[in-house]
Amino acid sequence: MPKKYETPLLDELEKGPFPSFVTEIKKAAARSDMAADELGQLEKSYRDKRGYWKHGGIVGVRGYGSGVIGRYSSLPDEFPNVANFHTVRINSISGFFYTSKFLNEMCDIWDKYGSGLTNLHGSTGDLVLLGTNTENLEPIFAEFSSRGWDLGGSGSALRTPSCCVGPARCEWANIDTLDITYSITQEWQDEMHRPAFPYKFKFKTAGCAVDCIASIARADCSIIGTWKGNIAVDQAEVANYAKKGMNIQEEIVNMCPSKCMSYDGKELKINDADCIRCMHCIAKMTKALKPTGEKGATILIGSKAPFVIGATLSWVIVPFIKMEPPYDEFKDLIRKMWEFWDEYGKNRERIGELIIRKGMREFLEFIGVEPQPQQIKEPRRDPFFFWTEADLQK
Amino acid sequence: MEKEEVKKKIYELVEKSTGKKKLKSSDIQKTISAEAGISRDEVKDALRDLIDEGKLIYTYFGGSFVEIPPK
Repeated sequence: MPKKYETPLLDELEKGPFPSFVTEIKKAAARSDMAADELGQLEKSYRDKRGYWKHGGIVGVRGYGSGVIGRYSSLPDEFPNVANFHTVRINSISGFFYTSKFLNEMCDIWDKYGSGLTNLHGSTGDLVLLGTNTENLEPIFAEFSSRGWDLGGSGSALRTPSCCVGPARCEWANIDTLDITYSITQEWQDEMHRPAFPYKFKFKTAGCAVDCIASIARADCSIIGTWKGNIAVDQAEVANYAKKGMNIQEEIVNMCPSKCMSYDGKELKINDADCIRCMHCIAKMTKALKPTGEKGATILIGSKAPFVIGATLSWVIVPFIKMEPPYDEFKDLIRKMWEFWDEYGKNRERIGELIIRKGMREFLEFIGVEPQPQQIKEPRRDPFFFWTEADLQK
Repeated sequence: MEKEEVKKKIYELVEKSTGKKKLKSSDIQKTISAEAGISRDEVKDALRDLIDEGKLIYTYFGGSFVEIPPK
């Protein structure tokens, strides 16, 4: 029977309308010594207002440099069952489509070898298994790999690529996000499991600019589906929206960031040349508006959480690229970017931070991409591109 | 250069740095390829063997490094 700890401070986090992680840990603690000690140590952290975890050191199983985050209690005598409490990252599947058979097996494996606590999914996108000891790492890996699963990325490596559900469930996907993610994962196994980058690198793929996976804020490389043609307008459906009470002027026209739309009460007009394909109008009037023409993706670089510099959003590097298997053009472009990062990046410097430090001109020259107006991040913002003497003489 | 020789060079480099400077995989690739006049891919391949054999391991201390496993 696991030890029971009094947890008055954590109990406070069970109040209110939202699901509570404390409730879930308590459920696991009823049958797992590890989860029980985890709860005890967490209560102590809240009481003492300090953390008692140390992390680092161990990183994986034999041959791997990623997929395991070593975690150790700094109070092993007081909480012996969490003296080791390593996290295991399992490479999630594109779009997070699991079978119930796999989920049952995964839970059985984790009950056998770990604390029983999971996190679906971590912010990187992995299927995260929380809390096991060092001896169990190889058996856990053997169990998962025998079923066709693999560890995810961690450390100074390519992190597990992730994407929105894409064409599997969404008619607005301009690219096959699931296939792109699968292809990236297969192509760069070494980059994911054998860390050789200055720091982490994340890919996230969104089917359209609605960006359900928030790739623009969460990935060093955001791949966002877009299109080249006009927006087809079904005026009868526009009238239906108006009839049902939608204020088209307020909700659609006035909200258009590039002000490319007008509405006279009868007809919705779009000046497609000024459209920046943000998807706002289409997402609001799904029955009336539809993208047409060639489909592809915009490639953006550089978002990250605060660290050396504050949080940044990705910015456009390539406004439009065809994304069709085997994605060679895209992959060659990424390899050039990594070469630039490898050449000039400092330890723990993200690629976006390096571009800011070295300058956009040097980056674009290195990767062989011409400067374009779409690379300017915001109106009236310095695009970081400065002309050389040679450019001025042309 | 024979792969075994490259492996030996990598191991010696990591051994020499132990306790002084933690080396990243890219540091090893750059140093050995420059010293031995071989491609980075060849160094990467030899490093992979050393890791797979357990003679070297990856560690994480705020970044990922290559080190000799503790005895």
